[in-house]
Amino acid sequence: MALSGLDIYKLLPKTNCRECGFVTCLAFAMALAKKSISIDKCPYLTPEAKKALEESSLPPIKLVTLGTGENKLEVGNESVMFRHEEKFHHPCGLGFIIEDSLKDAEIKERLERINKLKFERVGQALNVSLAAIRQNGEAKRFREAVKLAADNTNLALALMSSDLAAIRPALELIKERRPLIYSAAKDNLAEMAKLAKEFKAALVVSAPELEALSGLAKELSNQGVNDLILEIGKKSISARIWDLTQQRRQALKKSIRSLGYPSLVVVDEKDPYEETIQAATYISKYAGIVLIKGIEPWQALSLLTLRQNIYTDPQKPLQIEPNLYAVGQANEKSPVLVTTNFSLTYYTVLGEVEASKVPAYVISVDTEGMSVLTAWAAEKFTPEKITEALNKFGVKDKVSRTRLIIPGYVAVLSGDLEDKSGWQILVGPKEASGIPSFLKNL
Amino acid sequence: MAEVILEKWQQAVSTVNIGATRADGGSRSHVVKVGGESTLPFLFSEGSLPNRPVIAFELCDIVPADWPQELASAYGAGFGDPLSWAQKCVKEYQAKILCLRLQGAHPDFGNKSAEEEAGLISALLKKVDVPLIILGCGDDAKDNLVLPAVCQAAKGERCLIGEAVQDNYKTLVASVLADGHNIIAQSPIDINIAKQLNILISDMGLALEKIVINPTIGALGYGLEYAYSIMERSRLAALAGDKTMACPFIAYVGQEAWRAKEARAEAGQGIIWEMLTATALIQAGADILVMRHPLAVEKANNYIEELMRTNGV
Ligand code: SF4
Repeated sequence: MALSGLDIYKLLPKTNCRECGFVTCLAFAMALAKKSISIDKCPYLTPEAKKALEESSLPPIKLVTLGTGENKLEVGNESVMFRHEEKFHHPCGLGFIIEDSLKDAEIKERLERINKLKFERVGQALNVSLAAIRQNGEAKRFREAVKLAADNTNLALALMSSDLAAIRPALELIKERRPLIYSAAKDNLAEMAKLAKEFKAALVVSAPELEALSGLAKELSNQGVNDLILEIGKKSISARIWDLTQQRRQALKKSIRSLGYPSLVVVDEKDPYEETIQAATYISKYAGIVLIKGIEPWQALSLLTLRQNIYTDPQKPLQIEPNLYAVGQANEKSPVLVTTNFSLTYYTVLGEVEASKVPAYVISVDTEGMSVLTAWAAEKFTPEKITEALNKFGVKDKVSRTRLIIPGYVAVLSGDLEDKSGWQILVGPKEASGIPSFLKNL
Repeated sequence: MAEVILEKWQQAVSTVNIGATRADGGSRSHVVKVGGESTLPFLFSEGSLPNRPVIAFELCDIVPADWPQELASAYGAGFGDPLSWAQKCVKEYQAKILCLRLQGAHPDFGNKSAEEEAGLISALLKKVDVPLIILGCGDDAKDNLVLPAVCQAAKGERCLIGEAVQDNYKTLVASVLADGHNIIAQSPIDINIAKQLNILISDMGLALEKIVINPTIGALGYGLEYAYSIMERSRLAALAGDKTMACPFIAYVGQEAWRAKEARAEAGQGIIWEMLTATALIQAGADILVMRHPLAVEKANNYIEELMRTNGV
């Protein structure tokens, strides 16, 4: 938790010696609280004070990085319990468990299918994050399966095994890829810590209860392993929600360092619907990584869409750049539609215009990311604003006929807009789904 | 680790009773209780959640205009015939509560008269014995004619009737009050409107314990997050002691989910879209979920049962 200026002042020598460049210790404390100066400027800090200050400036939930390059996954660094309080920062990673007991060809096929789980919604790329290989038999087989994964996907990798003899050779194979080791527990803590350090891997630590987990994480941190991800053993869904909630509360409200790490949940459910529902639950309620087995595109698409919703910044709705967009082979005879620059609205309209196969122009007016009705109510989607956009984007020069289609919900704007812009106004359908038939019958 | 952190909430959400049994002067086989939570969703270690979220099957008095074929075929022959449709939901899918939308009263969809709709309600009450949610057609003027007649036809059955909106609530509140029902108050993703409307309604004499809030939702991928956060904020306000916010939520999950492009893009995807929209809203505090596809309902019901197993391992 961030310390206030006064809290910091209490930790300083209070001699006002000025060596830090400030007239008083209090002035220095205030500057520290604002993070505008480094604590090193005061040469007289006691080691305890220094430690306390350093810890207070750490984020309450550590940011942990897995994988490399484009497929890097960062989780953690969360600062609130509810998204409306600020936002959720680092979208939960979605990963897929692959059993090493499968045949080589099956493993390859699964990886190929996982690699294809890429989607685009409202202008954002939606990607899955991890391939997790789980050991079922001999160390040798595990290594082979990990090799297959390493060769066939660029996703971040997780090694699911508690067999030290299996993990080391597998780690040797992928040491450049910053993998995740799953998992350390009470009985193998020291050995796992050693491996995580040696291979610079992130480490999942598991325990049946939060209290025990906190203890293990603390021990690992004392041994210098700090890229940790926490897991509570198998429980009912509600019990898990409680643990995940409690863990975040402890980290944010009480600054409990040993619980200030991202968390991971393995969903162990055969029915693909139930698996998806459970994964969705943990994405909503604080998990940093969720591992499932199902690799159906509908599972990934629905879960990644949910993740996108939950992790959208509530203060900054997804927006697109206000502009004139040509759809298909639009020419001077094409119709012109106007909408807002709220991504969801714009892409919904765009999708329907594309589906109509009628080449057209779509103008997105700068409504600060508000949807049609909200923008209209907030006076961001007014005759003046629309006229301004028509002029600014030089729409007149693109088409021979100055006729503008407006959303059905703002039909009331017609008269005023006609006067202000000099364009003929046509009221379009209320719902975007009505656009194709509307355009075809124009 | 320090001690477990427990929030000290000031009050619980009110409990709304839908349906009246013979003992209460009605003819329903059971009462559906919703609300009553004294903590956030499923934090059993912190408070009590005495009533499980319920799922109401949505039906229509006509063949609904905008339902895709996938839903029509799920219900087969009874689709569009409210009486056999209702019976199918109760008998085959064990529906505990139904939500009938009187779309056929709308001037654009058949313009059925108040008498016709009232007659339908009387017949439906005879046909099935589960509690009912009854929704108007959405045309204010027409609803003000139809809903009073409907309220009267169901007098004493303690239905949940909707919807009161900020600029059209008086007629409905008066009828609901006179005939002993509960009311749905709609507030488009706006906490202040929700508060105001609840105050206006209770000023007319209908107790806050008879109000269910419709915060209006968006489907997965279509503004779900707005409803999610509005519901979290409202529920936090309720638990912190704001009486005017302490009402259960109703969410029209089926209506929104089946509008999504993804739901119509591929067979089966609508079910998942409906299911996950429900999942997220259950986690945001939804008390009544109005849904359409029997499989999505079944999966959501299993999920709720699992959530309510408090001491599970
Ligand atoms: S150097 Fe340290 S002791 Fe001296 S004035 Fe600055 S804060 Fe105070």
